[in-house]
Amino acid sequence: MTAAPPTPRAVEEAWRRVQLARHPQRPRTMDLVSRIFDDFVELHGDRSYRDDPAIVGGPALLEGRPVMVIGHQKGTDTDSNIHRNFGSPHPEGFRKAQRLMRLAEKLGMPVVTLLDTAGAFPGPAAEERGQAEAIAASIKQMTALQVPIVAVIVGEGGSGGALAIGVGDEVLALENAVYSVISPEGCASILWRAPEKAPEAAAAMRMTAADQLELGVIDGIIPEPEGGAQHDPDATARALREALLAALGRVTRVEPEALLMTRYARLRGIGVVNEAEVEPLRPVDDGTLRQRIGRLLRVPGAPRRPRWSEVWPSGDESTDNEGGA
Amino acid sequence: MRIKFPLGRRDGPTDAWTKCPGCESQIFNKQLERNLRVCPTCGHHFRMSVGERIDLLVDRDSFEERDAGLTSGDPLGFHDQQAYADRLEASHIKTGLREAAVWGTARIEEHPVAIGLFDFRFMGGSMGSVVGEKVARCFEAAIGERIPAIIVSASGGARMQEGTLSLLQLAKTTAPLARMDVAGVPFISVLTDPTTGGVLASFASLGDVIVAEPGALIGFAGARVASGTVGEELPEGFQRSEFLLEHGFVDLVVPRAELRRTLGRLLRALPVAAAAGGAWPPTEERAWGPIGVLSDFAERLGGAVSETIGIDVQAEEENGGGPTPPASREAARPPRGGKAP
Repeated sequence: MTAAPPTPRAVEEAWRRVQLARHPQRPRTMDLVSRIFDDFVELHGDRSYRDDPAIVGGPALLEGRPVMVIGHQKGTDTDSNIHRNFGSPHPEGFRKAQRLMRLAEKLGMPVVTLLDTAGAFPGPAAEERGQAEAIAASIKQMTALQVPIVAVIVGEGGSGGALAIGVGDEVLALENAVYSVISPEGCASILWRAPEKAPEAAAAMRMTAADQLELGVIDGIIPEPEGGAQHDPDATARALREALLAALGRVTRVEPEALLMTRYARLRGIGVVNEAEVEPLRPVDDGTLRQRIGRLLRVPGAPRRPRWSEVWPSGDESTDNEGGA
Repeated sequence: MRIKFPLGRRDGPTDAWTKCPGCESQIFNKQLERNLRVCPTCGHHFRMSVGERIDLLVDRDSFEERDAGLTSGDPLGFHDQQAYADRLEASHIKTGLREAAVWGTARIEEHPVAIGLFDFRFMGGSMGSVVGEKVARCFEAAIGERIPAIIVSASGGARMQEGTLSLLQLAKTTAPLARMDVAGVPFISVLTDPTTGGVLASFASLGDVIVAEPGALIGFAGARVASGTVGEELPEGFQRSEFLLEHGFVDLVVPRAELRRTLGRLLRALPVAAAAGGAWPPTEERAWGPIGVLSDFAERLGGAVSETIGIDVQAEEENGGGPTPPASREAARPPRGGKAP
């Protein structure tokens, strides 16, 4: 693929999906859970600091069989959004998820996660309580969790805050869901230095469900009703339920050891890496014997021993951060 | 290791000064290099290149780079104001590196380690598929060769130009750590200025021991991301090493001049599981018996003498005296390279 700025049509299409994924009437995690599962019992708290309403979770029945359900929860109006912090978890949210996954592991229940967050909350309080550690620990736990995991992006899959509950044996997405390494606004403000370029950034990052399927990041797309999930939450939930049953049917049939091996291989294989045989660089010592003796005796003016800083020197202290998120 | 800088330095601009962002004083560049790129006035730690890091941390002539031939593709055909491929090329020219991280094997105060190092000047040290691959291979080599792993991070986070493929590197680099837990192989994470975003939100936060350089910026959200997303500026002095130490997310804040010695001490105190196993108090190796005393004495005299008394820690390690991971897990070596999308 040749690199070129995204076409206006691609920009428009990507931004339309982002707006659908963020639609204020889009069914939230709890709207879907109540339609799909029976006997959902929401459990609260991380047993350490507090309960984070931006992540919900607990055991439920699906076709009469127990599963552990965990998801981000956005609000539906201003008040509930403030309560839910717009679905952006603090560290304690991820630690609650970890606690619930441990319980699922103990009882041998499969885990179903529903992703819908703009991202982990980046505020000072979250930093103070170890936001990065909480996300990292969640991811690590999921990579080795001894029970099957099915993750579904139902709205916004916003970066580390989404991935923290998004490692799965199967990863699915609703048709108008999006998944990205950083919010389009964040990407635009770093790479374009202009947040209003968010639509361009959305297109460049290829964050739609179709793009993600093509990139091999997700395994399947669940169709939404015409015009988006907000038009018919019942139909959306029915489609999701069907997809969950099929996915659980596949992953629960695999032996735990094979499941973990496959999960590892899947994660290990993600990305595009060009590999060539090259002679590794190393510091070159072409000093003559006289020079070496001079060095040994620390004669002023004798050339120094070759060092790695000559292979990869410092310099050009530009502080550009043109890639990180 | 004391790095000696004899008087006859290589040619170069002799009139180059650097202004310290910490105390505003002007530092003669040679003096800065001689002082390990630490401001002599206020102790501000300047960033280092991968090469300088290697000179600083590992035993002379011990570093052997691995997987030097890994380079990034452009899976998204990414283009912002500049094409991704052009940014890669510019970074390569600027740094001489092929990617933002290198890894290899080395010795630190005689201890063999698998070590990975980031260079912030290569696209902000950002982690895309290749950096993630190198980190994962470093961890897998540590497991396979039963040597501790060390990663020296300096990164703005996941590389936006590879989209969610970069995001998934958080999982790719973290998955081997769970295996290291089972295998009993320690991981020491060294955080340098700056370590933020996806690198901190994955392996870098999960060291068995986490060491940071003084004053390093360490945080989940970069100031620009935070102010763009939340609309508030983060307070000054926030997200620094000392702040993380205080809040319990870092074990040690170590000045650069002490870093190598600290790592050596940690490597001695936290060996790979098989070497640490066995009865307590230890009866064979370096025990309180006469042989132990003798061998200790002999070590102090000349080193290798202890081997003649029949103490061979290495051999015991290989025979697997301690806990070993289940065979099936060991067999689960993943395919190398990447699946093309």
